Amino acid sequence: MSAAGRPGAGWWLLILPAFLLLVVFYLAPIVQVLAISVTEPEFGLENYERLLTSSAVQRVIFTTLRICIITTALALLLGYAIAYAITLASPRARGWWILAVLVPLWISVLVRAFAWVTLLRRQGLVNNTLMEAGLIGEPLPLVWNEFGIVVGMVHYMVPFAVLPMLSSMREIDPRLLAAARGLGASRGEVFRRVFLPLSLPGVIASGVLVFIFSLGFYITPAILGGGKTLMVAEWISLQILDLIRWGLGTMMATVLVVAILVTLAVFSRIVDLRRIFGAGA
Amino acid sequence: MSDTKGHALALRGLSKRYGDFVAVNDVSLEVGKGEFLTLLGPSGSGKTTILMAIAGFVAPSDGAILLDGRDITPLPPEKRDFGMVFQGYALFPHMTVAENVAFPLRVRGMSKADRDAKVRGALDLVQLAAFADRLPKQLSGGQQQRVALARALVFDPALLLLDEPLSALDKKLRAELQEELKALHQRVGRTFVNVTHDQEEALSLSDRIAILNHGRLVQAGAPGELYERPRTRFVADFLGKSNFLEGTVRGAAPGGFALEAGAARLAVRLPDGAAPLAEGSRSLLSLRPEKIALLAEGDAAENVAEGRILAFAYLGAGFSLRVATEHLGEIRATLPAWKSPIAPTEGLPVRLGWSADAAAPVEEDAA
Repeated sequence: MSAAGRPGAGWWLLILPAFLLLVVFYLAPIVQVLAISVTEPEFGLENYERLLTSSAVQRVIFTTLRICIITTALALLLGYAIAYAITLASPRARGWWILAVLVPLWISVLVRAFAWVTLLRRQGLVNNTLMEAGLIGEPLPLVWNEFGIVVGMVHYMVPFAVLPMLSSMREIDPRLLAAARGLGASRGEVFRRVFLPLSLPGVIASGVLVFIFSLGFYITPAILGGGKTLMVAEWISLQILDLIRWGLGTMMATVLVVAILVTLAVFSRIVDLRRIFGAGA
Repeated sequence: MSDTKGHALALRGLSKRYGDFVAVNDVSLEVGKGEFLTLLGPSGSGKTTILMAIAGFVAPSDGAILLDGRDITPLPPEKRDFGMVFQGYALFPHMTVAENVAFPLRVRGMSKADRDAKVRGALDLVQLAAFADRLPKQLSGGQQQRVALARALVFDPALLLLDEPLSALDKKLRAELQEELKALHQRVGRTFVNVTHDQEEALSLSDRIAILNHGRLVQAGAPGELYERPRTRFVADFLGKSNFLEGTVRGAAPGGFALEAGAARLAVRLPDGAAPLAEGSRSLLSLRPEKIALLAEGDAAENVAEGRILAFAYLGAGFSLRVATEHLGEIRATLPAWKSPIAPTEGLPVRLGWSADAAAPVEEDAA
């Protein structure tokens, strides 16, 4: 850096390799995707028209949004309970809890999806158990539908929901909770008026992370949806690999990228980040 | 100060054990209505544990806590109705000053109109009405401390508990807030229980001080009483500074005795009503450095010790001297710097003198 504090030529040279790497392997393909979406099969916005005209395209989008919203809500709910339990646990128990949360992350998503198929299919463990117990007469349709996808996705997402919330909860000064009780608040009120609002930045961070992650999910919905319930990523792959409709596939890919960017932009605007993230003082 | 508003607190044989560790050992203490009591002791003396037991955060292993004679030991903190100022204040960072102060009223289900009036009154009390809509982190340490006070007082608590309320502030601000806190106590006339390790704070604020060491109550009394008549060596040493002179009691009489320390014989006059000491017993005297005078040539005093200055420090208002005496070992003395009879230098021979009522006999502390 020069004396004036402005980056000099040497500084630019230092970041040049990383910059080139990003442009060549990251930015260029995305631009190409965007280009294909307006040139295939012919130049124009014809592919994007389908967003408004094609009920199949709209159905895929709404299915994806619905599954993502349900997944996010459930993952946040379960994740919050787990993060809360970890926060209150003794330091030793906390280590085991965190390990239990992280272990699923080290198992391949493919393995986990097939494990759920084994559990949820017609002759799977769940249906067999319920049948033998006499609780149901017919096997329940637990997999190869939206229910199966949501189960698999929530399972995958819970650790990602737990970690940001946990770090935000652990920043909460325990003296604040004691102070609230000392000032006359019951345990429930301490949670509602002090703990919950202070853990909200973590909830929002987890929510955005899980939602964006869910939008582009491919393997889990592909296996647990059984080809009947299509989410965006699987639909894109279908268009490009099976139907060779590059224009339509890249259009949806572009929509997906835009949706993710819009989600981020909206949340950084709705939420006063400075107030929420600076509130730990 | 109106005595009718405050409540009386009593601790009866309070103990708290953590496994083998005894944090609080059989402490009994009365706090009168409207009194400002300070629990004073070094870290690990159990003072904070006692405060937390009064607040309800720590369940005592033994003993009882009584409010106006009623046993409140089993009550959870939220049912005790005590205001508390936590160390570091524990203001809610997501609430404004006004919301923080309104918190205890909200959880008590008070209507918004009543709440607003009370909050305004409490903020006026601590002169922070103009800051109602700020967040805690936008306030200085002293202002945060005052918000914590307003929040702890707004719901007319039976007691106000203060956990090292001034320790996070710099020295000058601390002195200012000490005065404010004292004035506030007079205005609201409630019973205050304060915890500190700062003996100056304890002396200047309190109606009464309870000195704790190793979980035991060593002595409780008015600040002047503790300072002038410390019961044990620990109290004399912790509250202010002290020289300790050890010797044998000779010529014991109801009004006093002579302490034989080596070749020296020191006259000691006891206050009225003090129990006489047994002839021939070992005794320890506490002698405050500021009660020792530097004698000019030809001056006389009831007790005189000659020696040489070992070291000295200039403290602005005074000199602090360490004098090696012939018979009594090292003695510390402080004297006013203004118009000091001598210019201290190391090795300078001096004569120290003090009156017979300057030194007070103290007990050795039980180990």
